[in-house]
Amino acid sequence: MNPRTIYLALAVLLALWVLVPIFLIATLAFSDRASVFAWPKGILPQRFSLETIAFFFGVAGVGKAIGNSVIVAGLTLLFAVLLGAPAGYALARYRFAGADAYRLLILMTRAFPLAILAVPLSVQFIRLGLYDTALGVALVHTALALPFAVLVTSSLFLGIPKELEEAAWTLGCTRIQAFLKVVLPLALPGLAATAIFAFVISWNEVFAATLLTLRERTLPAFLLTALNDSPLPFRFAGGFFLIVPALVFIFAIRRYLFTLWGIANR
Amino acid sequence: MRSERYIPYLLVLPSVIFLLFLFAWPLVEALLLSVRGSEGWTLEHFQRMAADLYFKDAVKYTVLLAVVVVPLQVILALGMAMLLGGISKGRDLFLYVWTIPLGISDLAAGLVWLSIFTERGYLNSFLQALGLIQEPRLWLSYETPAMLFLAVVAAEVWRATAIVFVILVAGLQLIPKEYGEAAEVFGATPWRRFWRVTLPLLMPSLQVALILRTILALEVFAVVVALGGRNLPVLAGEAYFWYNAYQNPGVAAAYAVLILGISGLATLLYLRLLRPRQEVAA
Repeated sequence: MNPRTIYLALAVLLALWVLVPIFLIATLAFSDRASVFAWPKGILPQRFSLETIAFFFGVAGVGKAIGNSVIVAGLTLLFAVLLGAPAGYALARYRFAGADAYRLLILMTRAFPLAILAVPLSVQFIRLGLYDTALGVALVHTALALPFAVLVTSSLFLGIPKELEEAAWTLGCTRIQAFLKVVLPLALPGLAATAIFAFVISWNEVFAATLLTLRERTLPAFLLTALNDSPLPFRFAGGFFLIVPALVFIFAIRRYLFTLWGIANR
Repeated sequence: MRSERYIPYLLVLPSVIFLLFLFAWPLVEALLLSVRGSEGWTLEHFQRMAADLYFKDAVKYTVLLAVVVVPLQVILALGMAMLLGGISKGRDLFLYVWTIPLGISDLAAGLVWLSIFTERGYLNSFLQALGLIQEPRLWLSYETPAMLFLAVVAAEVWRATAIVFVILVAGLQLIPKEYGEAAEVFGATPWRRFWRVTLPLLMPSLQVALILRTILALEVFAVVVALGGRNLPVLAGEAYFWYNAYQNPGVAAAYAVLILGISGLATLLYLRLLRPRQEVAA
Protein backbone atom coordinates (compact mmCIF):
# COMPACT_ATOMS: atom_id res chain seq x y z
CA MET A 1 0.00 0.00 0.00
CA ASN A 2 1.03 3.57 -0.68
CA PRO A 3 2.66 5.12 2.45
CA ARG A 4 0.56 8.27 1.93
CA THR A 5 -2.58 6.18 2.32
CA ILE A 6 -1.26 4.59 5.50
CA TYR A 7 -0.38 8.02 6.92
CA LEU A 8 -3.82 9.31 6.08
CA ALA A 9 -5.50 6.27 7.63
CA LEU A 10 -3.48 6.69 10.83
CA ALA A 11 -4.30 10.40 10.95
CA VAL A 12 -8.00 9.69 10.58
CA LEU A 13 -7.76 7.05 13.30
CA LEU A 14 -6.15 9.55 15.68
CA ALA A 15 -8.78 12.16 14.82
CA LEU A 16 -11.49 9.62 15.64
CA TRP A 17 -9.77 8.82 18.94
CA VAL A 18 -10.21 12.50 19.84
CA LEU A 19 -13.68 12.99 18.41
CA VAL A 20 -15.59 9.81 19.24
CA PRO A 21 -15.61 10.30 23.04
CA ILE A 22 -16.80 13.90 22.54
CA PHE A 23 -19.49 12.64 20.19
CA LEU A 24 -20.58 10.04 22.75
CA ILE A 25 -20.99 12.50 25.61
CA ALA A 26 -22.73 14.96 23.27
CA THR A 27 -25.13 12.13 22.36
CA LEU A 28 -25.90 11.56 26.01
CA ALA A 29 -26.30 15.26 26.71
CA PHE A 30 -28.90 15.49 23.95
CA SER A 31 -30.87 12.36 24.85
CA ASP A 32 -33.79 11.92 27.15
CA ARG A 33 -33.41 10.42 30.59
CA ALA A 34 -34.44 6.95 29.52
CA SER A 35 -31.71 6.81 26.84
CA VAL A 36 -29.05 7.91 29.31
CA PHE A 37 -29.88 4.94 31.52
CA ALA A 38 -30.62 2.58 28.63
CA TRP A 39 -28.92 -0.82 28.43
CA PRO A 40 -27.32 -1.70 26.16
CA LYS A 41 -26.63 1.59 24.43
CA GLY A 42 -26.36 2.15 20.70
CA ILE A 43 -23.60 4.35 19.38
CA LEU A 44 -26.06 6.61 17.62
CA PRO A 45 -28.49 8.81 19.55
CA GLN A 46 -31.78 7.03 20.13
CA ARG A 47 -34.06 10.00 20.48
CA PHE A 48 -32.97 13.62 20.27
CA SER A 49 -34.18 15.49 23.33
CA LEU A 50 -33.33 18.58 25.32
CA GLU A 51 -34.54 16.94 28.52
CA THR A 52 -31.08 16.22 29.95
CA ILE A 53 -29.62 19.63 29.09
CA ALA A 54 -32.72 21.39 30.42
CA PHE A 55 -32.51 19.33 33.61
CA PHE A 56 -28.87 20.38 34.04
CA PHE A 57 -29.60 24.09 33.65
CA GLY A 58 -32.62 23.74 35.91
CA VAL A 59 -30.62 22.43 38.88
CA ALA A 60 -30.43 25.05 41.61
CA GLY A 61 -27.03 26.68 41.66
CA VAL A 62 -25.93 25.85 38.11
CA GLY A 63 -26.87 29.26 36.74
CA LYS A 64 -25.04 31.02 39.53
CA ALA A 65 -22.00 28.79 39.11
CA ILE A 66 -21.86 29.57 35.39
CA GLY A 67 -22.09 33.27 36.24
CA ASN A 68 -19.26 32.92 38.76
CA SER A 69 -17.13 31.04 36.24
CA VAL A 70 -17.57 33.79 33.68
CA ILE A 71 -16.75 36.52 36.23
CA VAL A 72 -13.66 34.70 37.53
CA ALA A 73 -12.43 33.88 34.03
CA GLY A 74 -13.08 37.47 32.92
CA LEU A 75 -11.05 38.85 35.83
CA THR A 76 -8.28 36.33 35.15
CA LEU A 77 -8.16 37.38 31.50
CA LEU A 78 -7.94 41.03 32.52
CA PHE A 79 -5.22 40.53 35.16
CA ALA A 80 -3.15 38.18 33.02
CA VAL A 81 -3.07 40.56 30.06
CA LEU A 82 -2.61 43.75 32.12
CA LEU A 83 0.24 42.26 34.15
CA GLY A 84 1.70 40.00 31.47
CA ALA A 85 1.73 42.16 28.35
CA PRO A 86 3.92 44.97 29.79
CA ALA A 87 6.40 42.39 31.07
CA GLY A 88 6.35 40.64 27.69
CA TYR A 89 6.99 43.96 25.99
CA ALA A 90 9.91 44.67 28.32
CA LEU A 91 11.47 41.26 27.58
CA ALA A 92 11.06 41.76 23.84
CA ARG A 93 12.30 45.35 23.51
CA TYR A 94 14.81 46.04 26.28
CA ARG A 95 18.04 44.46 27.37
CA PHE A 96 18.20 44.99 31.08
CA ALA A 97 20.09 43.50 33.99
CA GLY A 98 17.92 40.83 35.59
CA ALA A 99 16.01 39.93 32.43
CA ASP A 100 17.33 36.37 32.58
CA ALA A 101 16.55 36.08 36.28
CA TYR A 102 13.03 37.27 35.50
CA ARG A 103 12.65 34.68 32.73
CA LEU A 104 13.77 32.01 35.15
CA LEU A 105 11.24 33.20 37.75
CA ILE A 106 8.51 32.92 35.13
CA LEU A 107 9.53 29.42 34.11
CA MET A 108 9.89 28.26 37.71
CA THR A 109 6.34 29.24 38.54
CA ARG A 110 5.22 26.61 36.07
CA ALA A 111 7.04 23.94 38.05
CA PHE A 112 4.91 24.45 41.17
CA PRO A 113 2.02 22.10 41.77
CA LEU A 114 -1.28 23.86 42.31
CA ALA A 115 -1.85 22.22 45.68
CA ILE A 116 1.14 24.06 47.09
CA LEU A 117 -0.59 27.36 46.27
CA ALA A 118 -4.22 26.60 46.91
CA VAL A 119 -4.00 25.11 50.40
CA PRO A 120 -2.04 27.93 52.13
CA LEU A 121 -3.80 30.63 50.13
CA SER A 122 -7.24 29.51 51.18
CA VAL A 123 -6.08 29.68 54.80
CA GLN A 124 -4.67 33.17 54.23
CA PHE A 125 -7.61 34.34 52.13
CA ILE A 126 -9.95 33.69 55.06
CA ARG A 127 -7.88 36.17 57.03
CA LEU A 128 -7.77 38.69 54.19
CA GLY A 129 -11.46 38.47 53.40
CA LEU A 130 -10.73 37.08 49.93
CA TYR A 131 -12.01 33.59 50.71
CA ASP A 132 -15.18 32.61 48.81
CA THR A 133 -14.90 35.60 46.44
CA ALA A 134 -14.54 35.69 42.67
CA LEU A 135 -11.54 37.98 43.13
CA GLY A 136 -9.73 35.43 45.30
CA VAL A 137 -10.16 32.61 42.78
CA ALA A 138 -9.24 34.94 39.92
CA LEU A 139 -5.96 35.83 41.67
CA VAL A 140 -4.93 32.17 41.84
CA HIS A 141 -6.00 31.58 38.24
CA THR A 142 -3.99 34.62 37.19
CA ALA A 143 -0.96 33.03 38.80
CA LEU A 144 -1.49 30.06 36.45
CA ALA A 145 -2.13 32.16 33.35
CA LEU A 146 0.46 34.90 33.90
CA PRO A 147 3.60 32.92 32.96
CA PHE A 148 1.97 32.05 29.63
CA ALA A 149 0.83 35.61 29.08
CA VAL A 150 4.37 36.95 29.61
CA LEU A 151 6.06 34.39 27.35
CA VAL A 152 3.48 34.59 24.59
CA THR A 153 3.27 38.37 24.48
CA SER A 154 7.05 38.64 24.50
CA SER A 155 7.27 36.43 21.41
CA LEU A 156 4.44 38.43 19.92
CA PHE A 157 6.23 41.77 20.38
CA LEU A 158 9.48 40.25 19.13
CA GLY A 159 7.66 39.52 15.90
CA ILE A 160 6.79 43.18 15.38
CA PRO A 161 9.80 45.00 13.89
CA LYS A 162 11.31 47.59 16.20
CA GLU A 163 11.94 49.80 13.15
CA LEU A 164 8.22 50.53 12.87
CA GLU A 165 8.25 51.97 16.36
CA GLU A 166 11.42 53.93 15.74
CA ALA A 167 9.94 55.41 12.58
CA ALA A 168 6.96 56.61 14.60
CA TRP A 169 9.31 58.26 17.11
CA THR A 170 11.15 60.16 14.39
CA LEU A 171 7.80 61.32 13.08
CA GLY A 172 7.12 62.93 16.43
CA CYS A 173 5.24 60.30 18.39
CA THR A 174 6.05 59.80 22.04
CA ARG A 175 6.88 56.28 23.16
CA ILE A 176 3.38 55.75 24.43
CA GLN A 177 1.77 57.15 21.29
CA ALA A 178 4.00 55.00 19.12
CA PHE A 179 3.03 51.95 21.11
CA LEU A 180 -0.68 52.72 20.97
CA LYS A 181 -0.80 53.69 17.30
CA VAL A 182 1.74 51.36 15.72
CA VAL A 183 2.47 48.34 17.91
CA LEU A 184 -0.87 47.72 19.57
CA PRO A 185 -2.94 47.35 16.38
CA LEU A 186 -0.43 44.82 15.07
CA ALA A 187 -0.32 42.93 18.36
CA LEU A 188 -4.07 42.91 18.90
CA PRO A 189 -4.93 39.50 17.40
CA GLY A 190 -2.13 37.84 19.36
CA LEU A 191 -3.18 39.63 22.53
CA ALA A 192 -6.72 38.41 21.95
CA ALA A 193 -5.41 34.85 21.65
CA THR A 194 -3.49 35.29 24.91
CA ALA A 195 -6.64 36.59 26.56
CA ILE A 196 -8.72 33.67 25.32
CA PHE A 197 -6.07 31.28 26.57
CA ALA A 198 -6.16 32.88 30.04
CA PHE A 199 -9.95 32.68 30.00
CA VAL A 200 -9.90 28.95 29.24
CA ILE A 201 -7.24 28.22 31.88
CA SER A 202 -9.57 29.76 34.43
CA TRP A 203 -12.75 28.18 32.99
CA ASN A 204 -11.15 24.74 33.30
CA GLU A 205 -9.46 25.02 36.69
CA VAL A 206 -11.09 23.02 39.45
CA PHE A 207 -8.72 22.28 42.37
CA ALA A 208 -8.05 25.83 43.56
CA ALA A 209 -11.59 26.94 42.77
CA THR A 210 -13.01 24.18 44.97
CA LEU A 211 -10.67 24.90 47.86
CA LEU A 212 -11.11 28.66 47.73
CA THR A 213 -14.88 28.80 47.60
CA LEU A 214 -17.86 27.62 49.56
CA ARG A 215 -20.97 29.36 48.24
CA GLU A 216 -19.49 31.28 45.31
CA ARG A 217 -18.45 28.18 43.40
CA THR A 218 -17.31 28.26 39.79
CA LEU A 219 -18.94 25.72 37.48
CA PRO A 220 -16.16 23.07 37.70
CA ALA A 221 -16.03 23.47 41.50
CA PHE A 222 -19.80 23.18 41.69
CA LEU A 223 -19.81 20.08 39.47
CA LEU A 224 -16.99 18.43 41.39
CA THR A 225 -18.58 18.89 44.79
CA ALA A 226 -21.95 17.75 43.43
CA LEU A 227 -20.56 14.65 41.68
CA ASN A 228 -21.13 12.19 44.48
CA ASP A 229 -24.80 12.83 44.90
CA SER A 230 -25.86 13.78 41.40
CA PRO A 231 -27.49 11.53 38.81
CA LEU A 232 -25.61 10.53 35.65
CA PRO A 233 -27.58 12.81 33.27
CA PHE A 234 -26.49 15.81 35.34
CA ARG A 235 -22.84 14.75 35.17
CA PHE A 236 -22.89 14.09 31.43
CA ALA A 237 -24.68 17.33 30.58
CA GLY A 238 -22.23 19.20 32.84
CA GLY A 239 -19.24 17.51 31.23
CA PHE A 240 -20.49 18.34 27.77
CA PHE A 241 -21.19 21.96 28.71
CA LEU A 242 -17.63 22.28 30.04
CA ILE A 243 -16.22 21.09 26.70
CA VAL A 244 -18.11 23.43 24.39
CA PRO A 245 -15.81 26.44 24.99
CA ALA A 246 -12.80 24.22 24.22
CA LEU A 247 -14.03 23.62 20.69
CA VAL A 248 -14.51 27.34 20.06
CA PHE A 249 -11.28 28.27 21.80
CA ILE A 250 -9.00 25.98 19.84
CA PHE A 251 -10.60 27.12 16.62
CA ALA A 252 -10.18 30.80 17.54
CA ILE A 253 -6.52 30.61 18.47
CA ARG A 254 -5.35 27.81 16.17
CA ARG A 255 -2.96 30.15 14.37
CA TYR A 256 -1.19 30.98 17.63
CA LEU A 257 -1.07 27.54 19.23
CA PHE A 258 2.47 26.83 18.18
CA THR A 259 3.88 30.25 19.01
CA LEU A 260 2.19 29.77 22.35
CA TRP A 261 4.24 26.68 23.08
CA GLY A 262 7.22 27.10 20.80
CA ILE A 263 8.54 29.91 22.90
CA ALA A 264 8.66 27.64 25.91
CA ASN A 265 11.57 25.81 24.34
CA ARG A 266 13.97 28.69 24.34
CA MET B 1 19.06 57.96 27.21
CA ARG B 2 19.80 57.42 30.87
CA SER B 3 16.39 58.47 32.09
CA GLU B 4 14.81 55.54 30.28
CA ARG B 5 16.76 52.82 31.98
CA TYR B 6 14.06 52.37 34.56
CA ILE B 7 11.34 51.67 31.96
CA PRO B 8 11.78 47.88 31.65
CA TYR B 9 11.82 47.53 35.42
CA LEU B 10 8.64 49.55 35.65
CA LEU B 11 7.02 47.24 33.09
CA VAL B 12 8.14 44.06 34.84
CA LEU B 13 7.53 45.19 38.41
CA PRO B 14 3.75 44.59 38.65
CA SER B 15 4.10 40.97 37.58
CA VAL B 16 7.04 40.43 39.95
CA ILE B 17 5.05 41.76 42.90
CA PHE B 18 2.12 39.60 41.85
CA LEU B 19 4.24 36.45 41.57
CA LEU B 20 5.88 37.08 44.94
CA PHE B 21 2.43 37.43 46.49
CA LEU B 22 0.95 34.39 44.72
CA PHE B 23 3.97 32.05 44.55
CA ALA B 24 6.73 32.92 46.97
CA TRP B 25 4.44 33.74 49.87
CA PRO B 26 2.15 30.68 49.61
CA LEU B 27 5.19 28.46 49.15
CA VAL B 28 6.58 29.66 52.47
CA GLU B 29 3.12 29.48 54.04
CA ALA B 30 2.63 25.89 52.86
CA LEU B 31 5.94 24.82 54.37
CA LEU B 32 5.09 26.58 57.64
CA LEU B 33 1.57 25.17 57.66
CA SER B 34 2.91 21.64 57.28
CA VAL B 35 5.42 21.83 60.13
CA ARG B 36 3.62 24.05 62.65
CA GLY B 37 1.14 22.73 65.17
CA SER B 38 -0.79 24.31 67.99
CA GLU B 39 2.33 24.20 70.15
CA GLY B 40 5.21 25.22 67.93
CA TRP B 41 7.14 23.10 65.43
CA THR B 42 5.98 19.58 64.83
CA LEU B 43 6.10 16.67 62.42
CA GLU B 44 2.63 15.66 63.53
CA HIS B 45 1.00 16.54 60.18
CA PHE B 46 3.45 14.42 58.24
CA GLN B 47 3.02 11.58 60.71
CA ARG B 48 -0.77 11.73 60.40
CA MET B 49 -0.42 11.81 56.63
CA ALA B 50 1.88 8.78 56.57
CA ALA B 51 -0.28 6.85 59.01
CA ASP B 52 -3.46 7.48 57.02
CA LEU B 53 -5.22 4.51 55.49
CA TYR B 54 -5.18 6.03 52.00
CA PHE B 55 -1.60 7.32 52.09
CA LYS B 56 0.29 4.33 50.70
CA ASP B 57 -2.18 3.79 47.87
CA ALA B 58 -2.19 7.51 47.08
CA VAL B 59 1.60 7.55 46.68
CA LYS B 60 1.54 4.29 44.73
CA TYR B 61 -1.19 5.28 42.28
CA THR B 62 0.07 8.85 41.76
CA VAL B 63 3.58 7.72 40.89
CA LEU B 64 2.30 4.76 38.87
CA LEU B 65 0.00 7.04 36.87
CA ALA B 66 2.86 9.39 36.03
CA VAL B 67 5.11 6.47 35.08
CA VAL B 68 2.47 4.93 32.78
CA VAL B 69 0.77 8.02 31.34
CA VAL B 70 3.72 10.31 30.58
CA PRO B 71 5.73 7.88 28.39
CA LEU B 72 2.54 6.87 26.55
CA GLN B 73 1.77 10.51 25.83
CA VAL B 74 5.30 11.29 24.66
CA ILE B 75 5.47 8.30 22.32
CA LEU B 76 2.01 8.96 20.92
CA ALA B 77 2.69 12.69 20.52
CA LEU B 78 6.03 12.01 18.84
CA GLY B 79 4.30 9.65 16.43
CA MET B 80 1.63 12.26 15.70
CA ALA B 81 4.24 14.99 15.16
CA MET B 82 6.17 12.82 12.69
CA LEU B 83 2.96 11.69 11.02
CA LEU B 84 1.98 15.29 10.44
CA GLY B 85 5.05 15.70 8.22
CA GLY B 86 3.79 12.90 5.97
CA ILE B 87 0.33 14.36 5.46
CA SER B 88 -0.31 16.80 2.68
CA LYS B 89 -4.08 16.85 2.30
CA GLY B 90 -6.17 18.18 5.18
CA ARG B 91 -3.16 18.97 7.36
CA ASP B 92 -4.86 21.98 8.99
CA LEU B 93 -7.98 19.99 9.73
CA PHE B 94 -5.99 17.25 11.48
CA LEU B 95 -4.05 19.88 13.41
CA TYR B 96 -7.29 21.41 14.63
CA VAL B 97 -8.91 18.13 15.61
CA TRP B 98 -5.81 16.71 17.30
CA THR B 99 -5.38 19.84 19.41
CA ILE B 100 -9.00 20.07 20.58
CA PRO B 101 -8.17 18.31 23.89
CA LEU B 102 -5.88 21.25 24.76
CA GLY B 103 -8.98 23.14 25.81
CA ILE B 104 -10.68 20.27 27.63
CA SER B 105 -10.39 20.26 31.40
CA ASP B 106 -9.43 17.26 33.50
CA LEU B 107 -12.89 17.27 35.09
CA ALA B 108 -14.63 17.24 31.70
CA ALA B 109 -12.31 14.50 30.46
CA GLY B 110 -13.18 12.44 33.52
CA LEU B 111 -16.89 12.85 32.83
CA VAL B 112 -16.46 11.98 29.14
CA TRP B 113 -14.76 8.72 30.01
CA LEU B 114 -17.26 8.08 32.79
CA SER B 115 -19.88 7.83 30.04
CA ILE B 116 -17.79 5.06 28.49
CA PHE B 117 -16.75 3.13 31.57
CA THR B 118 -19.86 3.49 33.72
CA GLU B 119 -22.05 0.48 34.43
CA ARG B 120 -24.46 1.02 31.55
CA GLY B 121 -21.87 2.86 29.49
CA TYR B 122 -20.51 2.42 26.01
CA LEU B 123 -17.78 -0.06 26.91
CA ASN B 124 -20.22 -2.49 28.48
CA SER B 125 -22.67 -1.98 25.62
CA PHE B 126 -19.87 -2.74 23.17
CA LEU B 127 -18.81 -5.86 25.06
CA GLN B 128 -22.42 -6.99 25.12
CA ALA B 129 -22.74 -6.45 21.37
CA LEU B 130 -19.69 -8.66 20.93
CA GLY B 131 -21.37 -11.26 23.10
CA LEU B 132 -18.62 -11.12 25.74
CA ILE B 133 -20.92 -10.13 28.59
CA GLN B 134 -24.64 -10.42 29.22
CA GLU B 135 -25.15 -8.07 32.13
CA PRO B 136 -23.58 -4.66 32.84
CA ARG B 137 -20.31 -4.98 34.72
CA LEU B 138 -18.90 -2.58 37.29
CA TRP B 139 -15.51 -1.23 36.22
CA LEU B 140 -15.02 1.80 38.43
CA SER B 141 -15.55 0.37 41.86
CA TYR B 142 -13.21 -0.25 44.75
CA GLU B 143 -12.99 -3.93 43.76
CA THR B 144 -11.70 -3.21 40.26
CA PRO B 145 -8.67 -0.98 40.84
CA ALA B 146 -6.90 -2.20 37.70
CA MET B 147 -9.81 -1.27 35.45
CA LEU B 148 -10.31 2.04 37.24
CA PHE B 149 -6.61 2.74 36.76
CA LEU B 150 -6.94 1.93 33.05
CA ALA B 151 -9.91 4.28 32.75
CA VAL B 152 -7.89 7.12 34.28
CA VAL B 153 -4.98 6.32 31.96
CA ALA B 154 -7.31 6.40 28.94
CA ALA B 155 -8.82 9.73 30.00
CA GLU B 156 -5.43 11.30 30.70
CA VAL B 157 -3.86 10.08 27.47
CA TRP B 158 -6.93 11.25 25.57
CA ARG B 159 -6.86 14.71 27.16
CA ALA B 160 -3.22 15.63 27.62
CA THR B 161 -1.36 14.11 24.66
CA ALA B 162 -2.28 17.25 22.71
CA ILE B 163 -0.10 19.44 24.94
CA VAL B 164 2.94 17.24 24.32
CA PHE B 165 2.12 17.14 20.62
CA VAL B 166 2.02 20.93 20.33
CA ILE B 167 5.30 21.35 22.23
CA LEU B 168 6.99 18.77 19.99
CA VAL B 169 5.63 20.24 16.75
CA ALA B 170 6.80 23.68 17.86
CA GLY B 171 10.21 22.13 18.60
CA LEU B 172 10.35 20.43 15.19
CA GLN B 173 9.76 23.78 13.51
CA LEU B 174 12.92 25.10 15.17
CA ILE B 175 15.09 22.39 13.60
CA PRO B 176 16.68 23.63 10.36
CA LYS B 177 15.66 21.50 7.38
CA GLU B 178 19.27 21.41 6.13
CA TYR B 179 20.29 18.83 8.74
CA GLY B 180 17.79 16.27 7.55
CA GLU B 181 18.54 17.03 3.91
CA ALA B 182 22.28 16.65 4.50
CA ALA B 183 21.70 13.27 6.13
CA GLU B 184 19.54 12.27 3.17
CA VAL B 185 22.31 13.21 0.71
CA PHE B 186 24.64 10.90 2.63
CA GLY B 187 22.12 8.11 2.22
CA ALA B 188 20.54 7.93 5.68
CA THR B 189 17.26 6.06 5.79
CA PRO B 190 14.21 7.90 7.20
CA TRP B 191 14.44 5.76 10.32
CA ARG B 192 18.12 6.63 10.81
CA ARG B 193 17.44 10.31 10.13
CA PHE B 194 14.83 10.28 12.86
CA TRP B 195 17.14 8.65 15.44
CA ARG B 196 20.37 10.41 14.58
CA VAL B 197 19.20 13.87 13.52
CA THR B 198 15.66 14.73 14.56
CA LEU B 199 15.49 13.13 17.99
CA PRO B 200 18.74 14.58 19.40
CA LEU B 201 17.83 18.04 18.12
CA LEU B 202 14.37 17.68 19.62
CA MET B 203 15.81 16.96 23.06
CA PRO B 204 15.15 20.44 24.55
CA SER B 205 11.48 20.26 23.57
CA LEU B 206 11.21 16.73 24.88
CA GLN B 207 12.69 17.90 28.14
CA VAL B 208 10.13 20.71 28.45
CA ALA B 209 7.28 18.36 27.59
CA LEU B 210 8.43 15.69 30.03
CA ILE B 211 8.92 18.09 32.93
CA LEU B 212 5.61 19.84 32.34
CA ARG B 213 3.60 16.67 31.88
CA THR B 214 5.18 14.88 34.83
CA ILE B 215 4.44 17.77 37.19
CA LEU B 216 0.87 17.90 35.93
CA ALA B 217 0.51 14.12 36.18
CA LEU B 218 1.64 14.22 39.82
CA GLU B 219 -1.17 16.70 40.45
CA VAL B 220 -3.81 14.47 38.87
CA PHE B 221 -7.09 15.04 40.64
CA ALA B 222 -10.40 15.83 38.93
CA VAL B 223 -10.16 13.01 36.35
CA VAL B 224 -9.80 10.51 39.13
CA VAL B 225 -12.56 12.01 41.25
CA ALA B 226 -14.95 12.10 38.29
CA LEU B 227 -14.27 8.47 37.39
CA GLY B 228 -13.91 6.77 40.71
CA GLY B 229 -14.42 9.17 43.58
CA ARG B 230 -11.96 8.09 46.21
CA ASN B 231 -11.76 4.51 44.98
CA LEU B 232 -8.39 5.30 43.43
CA PRO B 233 -6.67 7.58 45.94
CA VAL B 234 -4.13 10.09 44.59
CA LEU B 235 -2.03 12.66 46.41
CA ALA B 236 -3.78 15.84 45.22
CA GLY B 237 -7.12 14.20 45.98
CA GLU B 238 -5.98 13.44 49.53
CA ALA B 239 -4.87 17.07 49.97
CA TYR B 240 -8.34 18.06 48.83
CA PHE B 241 -10.13 15.64 51.17
CA TRP B 242 -8.02 16.62 54.17
CA TYR B 243 -8.69 20.27 53.54
CA ASN B 244 -12.36 20.11 52.56
CA ALA B 245 -13.84 17.10 54.31
CA TYR B 246 -11.63 16.84 57.40
CA GLN B 247 -10.97 20.59 57.73
CA ASN B 248 -7.32 19.92 58.44
CA PRO B 249 -5.12 22.39 56.52
CA GLY B 250 -1.99 21.08 58.26
CA VAL B 251 -2.20 17.58 56.77
CA ALA B 252 -3.44 19.02 53.46
CA ALA B 253 -0.31 21.21 53.40
CA ALA B 254 1.83 18.16 54.21
CA TYR B 255 0.39 16.47 51.10
CA ALA B 256 1.05 19.62 49.06
CA VAL B 257 4.67 19.69 50.24
CA LEU B 258 5.02 16.00 49.37
CA ILE B 259 3.72 16.64 45.82
CA LEU B 260 6.14 19.54 45.48
CA GLY B 261 8.98 17.31 46.69
CA ILE B 262 8.25 14.53 44.18
CA SER B 263 7.78 17.09 41.36
CA GLY B 264 11.10 18.70 42.23
CA LEU B 265 12.87 15.34 42.23
CA ALA B 266 11.38 14.40 38.86
CA THR B 267 12.39 17.75 37.36
CA LEU B 268 15.98 17.42 38.59
CA LEU B 269 16.10 13.89 37.22
CA TYR B 270 14.97 15.02 33.76
CA LEU B 271 17.42 17.92 33.74
CA ARG B 272 20.28 15.57 34.54
CA LEU B 273 19.32 12.64 32.33
CA LEU B 274 18.25 14.56 29.26
CA ARG B 275 21.03 17.11 29.12
CA PRO B 276 21.40 17.70 25.37
CA ARG B 277 24.63 16.05 24.29
CA GLN B 278 26.86 18.81 22.97
CA GLU B 279 28.69 16.78 20.34
CA VAL B 280 25.42 15.73 18.77
CA ALA B 281 23.75 19.11 18.97
CA ALA B 282 26.72 20.96 17.52
